[in-house]
Amino acid sequence: MEQVTVLGSWPSPYAYRVLWALELKGVEYEYVEEDLLNKSDMLLKYNPILKKIPVLIHAGKPIVESPVIIEYIEETWPQNPLLPQDPYEKAMARFWTKFCDDKGLAFTLFFIGVGEEQQKAAKEVREALKTIEEKALGEKKFLGGDEIGMADLAWGVLATSLGVIEQIVGMTIFDAESFPRLHRWAQNFREHPVISKNLPELEKLLVNYTRKREMYLDTKIA
Amino acid sequence: MEGKESEVVLIGTWASAFCKRVELALKLKGIPYEFVEEDLENKSELLLRNNPVHRKVPVLLHKGKAIPESLVILEYIDEYWTKAPRLLPDDPYQRAKIRFWANYHDEKIAQAITPIIFSEGKEREKVIEDFQQLLKVFEEGIERDFQGKSPFLHGGNLGFLDLVVGTYACNYQAFHDSIAVVFETEKNPQFFSWLMALKDHPRIKETLPPSDKLATKYKELFLPPYSKRIATIRERYLQSPKA
Repeated sequence: MEQVTVLGSWPSPYAYRVLWALELKGVEYEYVEEDLLNKSDMLLKYNPILKKIPVLIHAGKPIVESPVIIEYIEETWPQNPLLPQDPYEKAMARFWTKFCDDKGLAFTLFFIGVGEEQQKAAKEVREALKTIEEKALGEKKFLGGDEIGMADLAWGVLATSLGVIEQIVGMTIFDAESFPRLHRWAQNFREHPVISKNLPELEKLLVNYTRKREMYLDTKIA
Repeated sequence: MEGKESEVVLIGTWASAFCKRVELALKLKGIPYEFVEEDLENKSELLLRNNPVHRKVPVLLHKGKAIPESLVILEYIDEYWTKAPRLLPDDPYQRAKIRFWANYHDEKIAQAITPIIFSEGKEREKVIEDFQQLLKVFEEGIERDFQGKSPFLHGGNLGFLDLVVGTYACNYQAFHDSIAVVFETEKNPQFFSWLMALKDHPRIKETLPPSDKLATKYKELFLPPYSKRIATIRERYLQSPKA
């Protein structure tokens, strides 16, 4: 099989989506950790436009942007599918994945924002969680149905990073009482045999994210 | 195909490029559809029920199901009606490149129009420059990614990128006549040459709204006094964190 390499950054939820996809499909790959404050020649070569991770390199061909990468992985390695066959269900998986990416700014402002800006972001994230729980998840085990799908990988951030962020900013928005089904989903996600072996260490994440928030707040004051 | 099972309804507005691209896809595939014109200032029960999350157009209704988000709809159309013409190529790597640039167009280039609309004077000059820089990145990126085999009008046929870019950017004259000049041949010669070729394609020509009608609509929407809907969009833009 041709060489598969992932350029990533271990705290990044976007990088995790790609790793999870490859792991779920049993695709062998080489992982390269990027220092985003000192981007490598390899990253600049394979993603000259956006200079961001994750990047998937397959047989020398770079693919960037996590939703595009996931679609490529799905089409290249069809085993253990992340997308259903039915065109409508496929469309919904893409819709909910995009919905997560649309909320990226709100998540970010909840994390590094202050005052009213942060309050507004918190409200927006909570509304998004409500929408996901009611409309995307419903009574299913995963967003993808009985098995993890593309949308679960995107929303996996709820099962990894969000708790850490809540701890740092001192505000809980994803509480079990308000979101019982989504909490159960997060647990099922974390306990999945493949995902459970590929989760970030929460203590390390806490240190990393704490430093990140301090950095952003410093630059705001500066 | 006759009968309710095959009934396709597109909820949209005539002035929206994101709706036009869906119409064009349906037309290219020869899929009969009913177009329901939406009044975005007074949204219908039909729209609110079928796109409760975003309350935006376009929304495709098919076999009792609703699909929102124009790029999601285009992929749905290509996957449900697999007959020719195919909108996306078969090769996963080519598909990845086209998806990347379609997203870049919608998320970076099209989004850069908003600051232009709601700014003036020196600030507007700057955001127009930013916009033209994004087009430059697009030009160079397409050149590098497709290496002379331009994805535009590939083999003379309209494909995914033609639909995405063509229905949006080919309306440039209407935008120039109403708001500001943003597409300049000298600044973005390659992009302009793609637009010229797309504008001339008969299916694009017949789908795009008349330039003067669109210019009047843009003036109505984007010059004060603003409708409640546009005022909200403007507020959100003015309050958003700037890079």
